[in-house]
Amino acid sequence: MRLLAEGLSARRGEDLIFKDISFDLAGGEALVVTGPNGSGKSTLLRVLAGLLGADSGRVRLKGGPAGFDHPRELSHYLGHRNAMKRELTVEENLIFWQRFLGDSPGGSGDGLVEAATAVGLADIIHLPFGYLSAGQQRRMAMAKLLVAYRPIWLLDEPTAALDVSADRLFAGLVARHLERGGIVIAATHQALGFTGVKSLEMTGFFH
Amino acid sequence: MTALFLRDLKLSVRAGGGAMIGVLFFMTVVAVIPFGVGPDLNLLARIGPAILWIGALLASLLGLDRLFQAEREDGSLDLIMMQETPLLLTVLVKCAAHWTATGLPLVVASPFLGLFMNMDERAIGATMLTLLAGTPAITLIGAVGAAVAVALPRGGLLVSILVLPLAIPVLIFGVSAVYAAIEDPAPFLPPFMILMAITLFFAVIGPVAAASALRHSAD
Repeated sequence: MRLLAEGLSARRGEDLIFKDISFDLAGGEALVVTGPNGSGKSTLLRVLAGLLGADSGRVRLKGGPAGFDHPRELSHYLGHRNAMKRELTVEENLIFWQRFLGDSPGGSGDGLVEAATAVGLADIIHLPFGYLSAGQQRRMAMAKLLVAYRPIWLLDEPTAALDVSADRLFAGLVARHLERGGIVIAATHQALGFTGVKSLEMTGFFH
Repeated sequence: MTALFLRDLKLSVRAGGGAMIGVLFFMTVVAVIPFGVGPDLNLLARIGPAILWIGALLASLLGLDRLFQAEREDGSLDLIMMQETPLLLTVLVKCAAHWTATGLPLVVASPFLGLFMNMDERAIGATMLTLLAGTPAITLIGAVGAAVAVALPRGGLLVSILVLPLAIPVLIFGVSAVYAAIEDPAPFLPPFMILMAITLFFAVIGPVAAASALRHSAD
């Protein structure tokens, strides 16, 4: 499966945020998007997730499962917000997303305990999500990536609020996903530290 | 989809969920009427069905603005919109959960409040039946308002104002069906059928309109 972006540009209101971005990622490859604040990293990820229309250009999938020509339905999107309910326990949150998202064709998600163990928090899944610290909440949001299978991960500043050990843990999760032939596009300043990583630097426009 | 329904139900009974808020408001409104109107039992019995309907209408408008706003604030809405499942189906399921949590308790509470208003069994039964048929329409209309106001930080009042004009026909036919049931010459079925038709109509229009409003509010 290949993920192709061809001459993408996007606007917010009247302002052009970026233009003419193209890349080509095969399974097992990661793209790290870097750039100063306001250079359009989040906007690019939202365009890839299908949450924002591109002004020109297009995103498409080649060689993916039949019936999917946009990456939207085959992607996990981890944005700035964790998409978990504070009132529900971590377990209830994860079960909900596992059942609601379902697995994409070609893989299956991890079990609940397995996913919580992978982010190092297996012993606190009975707590309400709102009780956790910011770093723990972020880790649990990552566990959400594991409970349902999606070949493409779109991650927007995934390691915000995380400590050094969690950074390493996150790099491990990404590495495992790439080994299984997944695609990762992450807006992050953290060096992922392995081969097969492409990088895209967004410069932004000077106004 | 069942997962979404169950989650929304759970959320509405947890702290800050607001399932009981509507019923409490409904009780407050109806309970103060006899004090205001005075102990004229015949008058209370005559205006009872209308008061119950107005109370239920206002109570069901209460929690509507949070329907999509809460999802948007924590980022869940993004994930919900990315799925293969058509968005209008998701909206319909959310409406069903919202109605079960907030509309159904109103229907259940209405017989007790009917006693406050000195209504007889026939009037109480008719009111309950019309509320059962009519309150889903209010939720479905409200979903459109909630979707339009999803990006506004204090959209609560705006949602009520947007929704109220569309909900007026529901009120009119609901109340007239009840009066038709208790006053002999008028037939009960025609207004009741129209009430059900309104509910079915908005069950189709509501999710479609709400889904397209949500798509356009994405930023």
